[in-house]
Amino acid sequence: MVDTRERAGIGVAGEPAASTAIAMNGGEAVAYALRQIEPEVVAAYPITPQTLIIEKFAEYCADGVVRTEYINVESEHAALSACVGASAAGARAVTATAGPGLALMFEMLGVTSGMRLPIVMHLCTRALSAPLNILGDHSDAMAMRETGWVMISGSNPQEAYDLAIVAQIVAEHPDVMLPCATMIDGFMVTHAVERVDVLPDDVVREYVGEYEPEMSLLVPGSEATYGALDFRDYYFEHRRQQEAALYAAQSVVEDALQRFGEISGRDHHILEPYMMDDAEVALVMMGSAEGQVHAAVNAARAAGLKAGALRIRLFRPFPVAAVAEALSGVRVVGVMDRAIGLGSADNPLLADVKAALWSRSDRPLARGFVYGLGGRVVTQGQMNQAFDELRSALETGEVGTDPTYLGLREVQDETVLGEGTTA
Amino acid sequence: MTQPGAESWVDVPTGGTVVNPGSTERNLTGSWRTKRPVIDFDACSHCMICWVMCPDSCFATAKGTLVSVDLDHCKGCGICASECPRKCIEMVAEGRD
Amino acid sequence: MTLKLRELSMLDDGFNPGHGLCAGCSESVIVRQVLTALENPPVVALATGCLEVSSTRFPDTAWKVPLIHSAFENAATSASGVEAAFKALVRKGRMADRPITFVVFGGDGATYDIGFQWLSGALERGHKFMYVCLNNEGYMNTGIQRSGATMLGAWTTTTPAGSVTPGKPQWRKDMTGIIAAHGIPYVAQAAVHHWKDLMTKVRKAEAADGPAFINVLAPCDRGWRYEPEDTMAISRLAVETALWPLYEVENGKYKLNGPRHKSLPIVDYLESQGRFRHLLRNGDPAVVEEIQGIVDLEWNRLREKCGLEPELSKNEAEAVTSAD
Repeated sequence: MVDTRERAGIGVAGEPAASTAIAMNGGEAVAYALRQIEPEVVAAYPITPQTLIIEKFAEYCADGVVRTEYINVESEHAALSACVGASAAGARAVTATAGPGLALMFEMLGVTSGMRLPIVMHLCTRALSAPLNILGDHSDAMAMRETGWVMISGSNPQEAYDLAIVAQIVAEHPDVMLPCATMIDGFMVTHAVERVDVLPDDVVREYVGEYEPEMSLLVPGSEATYGALDFRDYYFEHRRQQEAALYAAQSVVEDALQRFGEISGRDHHILEPYMMDDAEVALVMMGSAEGQVHAAVNAARAAGLKAGALRIRLFRPFPVAAVAEALSGVRVVGVMDRAIGLGSADNPLLADVKAALWSRSDRPLARGFVYGLGGRVVTQGQMNQAFDELRSALETGEVGTDPTYLGLREVQDETVLGEGTTA
Repeated sequence: MTQPGAESWVDVPTGGTVVNPGSTERNLTGSWRTKRPVIDFDACSHCMICWVMCPDSCFATAKGTLVSVDLDHCKGCGICASECPRKCIEMVAEGRD
Repeated sequence: MTLKLRELSMLDDGFNPGHGLCAGCSESVIVRQVLTALENPPVVALATGCLEVSSTRFPDTAWKVPLIHSAFENAATSASGVEAAFKALVRKGRMADRPITFVVFGGDGATYDIGFQWLSGALERGHKFMYVCLNNEGYMNTGIQRSGATMLGAWTTTTPAGSVTPGKPQWRKDMTGIIAAHGIPYVAQAAVHHWKDLMTKVRKAEAADGPAFINVLAPCDRGWRYEPEDTMAISRLAVETALWPLYEVENGKYKLNGPRHKSLPIVDYLESQGRFRHLLRNGDPAVVEEIQGIVDLEWNRLREKCGLEPELSKNEAEAVTSAD
């Protein structure tokens, strides 16, 4: 069956040749992976910039390419609620959302992880309101970070595809049994058309296998009560189990990425270091700004600075020891936050990195940067500026306490700002 | 009710899923009661109105006849006595014979 | 199987005692009647509420049938997820097809108010499930607060009877009518004391080709302020005063199932419960009259939908008589 509405090469049902290269955007790449995985249930509510995923997947359903039940729910809260029902019924359940949609889901994020349901969500990261903004930043993902989900971040359409497949087996691993979210940047990944190498359907299906829980609402003879009331006598124990399972997910993600590497030839890790071997200064970041950061590393190196970069792919559980190890030898670390932790001691990623480094007696100086809020254009120039500041800190041994806001309309006359206007 | 410490957190069923169907039966809610139903079986027609109206499933039946009241669980609400068409259930204060 | 109590009493209803519902609570009676009436094995979804917290406290459950609860407002959506999962698992050949009835229990808070959108969406999508509203006219689980189902004049903890407002200032939502407006195959109103009517409606809901909704009045002795043994009597009064008519809407066709005439004035109902005592004791005849007027109006509207002549209120009847 050939879908003539497609641009050439995309959405051809059946099996593409091994490692077929297709030009598609990140949203279509996720939908392509979902077609191959063919979850029993997809429930989603449209929201920019996630719509590319669900519209594409709806076409697969309409054409009978997949046997999935696609539930066109009336809200994001209902999207995740329907997935909860489906997952407890023993089905693979997938949803996708962004920004305010995630905020509306919030109650169910914790319900999903607390009930230990391996639901997969594709989060197309977007700014939170107000003011209303449909563009990309990480405010939504940061608001989600302590709800008990495994969170894996991608930086381009290829990773959107790859991680959509990997997330499925991470969530369902017996040691994990937790929901898993992939984070792909709204517009910069979801709408960016790039070359995506897709695997043959059967290779993907063999990799993800089938989800076959021993008990479910629908497995005869396993009449259980899911989602019970849990008081002071057991809630604490369940919370502790949840925490342990989330930390156990790190090695599961490492294994899943390695196995994926074996079938795809793509070498993904929980952290992606760039020029870190001898780096004295490094920028830690997450998401689609990787290209600008790498270009700035190259420029800084050309100017004689031993610069490096570290991209976080596994955000939750935060790989504390691995981050500390990756930054050993670095004397000044800069951390790029694409969200503000309003009122917090530090912005979210900076706080995580600092905590990871705290136990090291030789811990480096750490400086925070904020960039790209509400879709503010991210440039190599901003990253060059960041490395300039890291170079200065390296030379003076001083980093200051306030973050630097890259690309912000700064106040020209600092005297108009009173004390305490920034952290 | 199992107390914390009786088993480690590792051994508790995950996710709060309850895997003992119907296990509330071990909660003896009969202790709530201040009055208990006493059935005059001579007058009872085994119409089963008490069975269908009981909030606590306390009327034990066998082959379509009423055989006993489950006083381990009866909370003493008195709906059975109010609804019995033959008025053959009487609520008697606990502590008296 | 026919609905004969002696035969039904030989079945296991799937809901055990030892739960923590109050003595005299109607909710477990309704649950037992619903489960007993089902012909297929059920999968149940619960909304947060009295029934849920009282029957599913880890590590125990009163339920012997598969059950899911996840939040207050979304039980209908949980059920739609389970139903969709079953269809897909069968379609993919991973599970044999078999008859299952997906049943949701939610209180009036979960149904009329916080969960209204979730229910409406699930009905509109046409999932095959049966939604049973345990309507005790208030948020009893959190301590007897008013809901969209609480009636005019009723005392609740958030509509106390004060010197300025006599209990709840508003009437109630016609939720059964609102659900009927979704055009689903089966909608009904039932009452716990009329077990045969309720069970018959459960059978029809189960057989319906699509979503079904049954709104069951669920008297609450704690919240309505009456003695526990009067639960069925109060339910009966609600029907006899035409405050809670028993009717059904089957494929759009309205039909009265209960009494065709209102036999008692609303004041008889109000007198039976402490939550209305202030209306009678302090003498607030205007509110009582207003309630009677609304009951009469709604009763006649329902009669009209059922193809019956309007029944005159007492005042109207007197007016007609004096004109003669």
